[in-house]
Amino acid sequence: MIETLGLSKTFRNGAHAVRGVDIHVGQGEIVGFLGPNGAGKTTTMRMLTTLLRPTSGTAVVAGRDLLREPAEVRRRIGYVSQGGAVNPFTPLGEELELQAMLHGLTRDRARARVREVLAGLDLAGTRDAIGATLSGGRRRRFDIAFALLHEPALLFLDEPTTGLDPQSRANLWDHVRRLRAEHDVTVFLTTHYLDEADALCDRVLIIDHGLIVAEGAPAELKTGGRTLDDVFLDITGRSLREEAGHGA
Amino acid sequence: MARETWLLFRHHLRVTLRQKAGVAFGMIQPLLFLVLFGPIFATIGTWETLVPGLMVQLALMSTGLAGFGVVFERSSGVLERMRVTPASRLALLLGRVLGNAVTMTVQALLLVAVGYAFGLRAPAAGLLAGLALVVVLGVSLAALSYAVALTIDENLFAPVMSTAVVPLVLLSGAFLPMSMAPGWLDALSRVSPFRYTLEALRDLFAGHYATGAVAAGAAVTAAFAVAGLAVGTKVFNRENA
Repeated sequence: MIETLGLSKTFRNGAHAVRGVDIHVGQGEIVGFLGPNGAGKTTTMRMLTTLLRPTSGTAVVAGRDLLREPAEVRRRIGYVSQGGAVNPFTPLGEELELQAMLHGLTRDRARARVREVLAGLDLAGTRDAIGATLSGGRRRRFDIAFALLHEPALLFLDEPTTGLDPQSRANLWDHVRRLRAEHDVTVFLTTHYLDEADALCDRVLIIDHGLIVAEGAPAELKTGGRTLDDVFLDITGRSLREEAGHGA
Repeated sequence: MARETWLLFRHHLRVTLRQKAGVAFGMIQPLLFLVLFGPIFATIGTWETLVPGLMVQLALMSTGLAGFGVVFERSSGVLERMRVTPASRLALLLGRVLGNAVTMTVQALLLVAVGYAFGLRAPAAGLLAGLALVVVLGVSLAALSYAVALTIDENLFAPVMSTAVVPLVLLSGAFLPMSMAPGWLDALSRVSPFRYTLEALRDLFAGHYATGAVAAGAAVTAAFAVAGLAVGTKVFNRENA
């Protein structure tokens, strides 16, 4: 589902956010992409979702060449950004229908998909809701709804549970698991919650200073009775990181 | 691309119409200049000179500030969500721009209608040609406004654009023809495309169609539209794979 070779991004200010990463994600996997602030997680994800042009390297995403066929990649992926995508002032059903039709669905199909997706995310009956009135958990599920309307084969989730209470986090994990179980959706997610990665992901990749520094199933990485937190801190160190200004 | 443009155009128009107070103020504001300044101007000039000026001012203040909408869409993540669909970047821009152009056209029609009540007497052909020219100008201004909004810090858009619009209105000769200005100001105004659009409008409203001013105004406005859409599309497309 994702194959990258030497994927790199250097920003205009000379910052090397990503320094040649090779990523392989197979069909139906749930893969966690971990790293400290500024390590290159979001930059990598933005490149893989066609929002940022790589400086060098190649990538095939959902079976299409990222650089040569970006529109075809977009047709096949769903992306939930870190900051969310809910318009706080417009009826969400209307926004969802528009989003579905921008993906090429007919009006009737878009309406049907909005109903299906909302029901699947426990959001039935909220079609006319306004974003500003939603709780954090509901708003996040709407973010995911936007990304699922066109039935993507690959879903990118950038810090999907940040700021959610434990109940909402657990609920979201259930939805992610169900997407894979029922629809064979491949999921590539970033998170700062290592318990989340441990519970949800088949494999994790750890990126630091723009390089993949560890990779494997959580159980494989947790050697010697260490938790995933221990592994992460052993690999990336304990010094505090400054947030990169360009959103790396 | 046409379908995506239509979808976004319809969506943005619906969102605009839902904001009833915003629509009401948007319609009233251009009329204030006509009602409160027009009768004074009419003592030294004609309505056929003033109303075209107010139409250029309207274009600058209505579509020129269209970028406000995309500032919000960018900060709320709505724009990025749309950029991860297969919709073309030009469609993402045009859908919004055409919505702004329709709003401005309705404002301009209202301006002309009230202008008629005050004494404007322009021929129908001149009015239609003038409206067409202003719509093209509005499209280019909206596209450029979006480009600026997506380029500069979101907190700077309002002060930068509101500061830029006033001198551009004055330099176009909207309130007084620039032929009355001193040489340096007259020369400065010739750098602005809006002067050429306005001079063409005034000729059209006076029923003079085959003039150099009309030809120059049409050419400059068309070139400005091509440039505006090219810049707008480039900015919408920027940093994409």
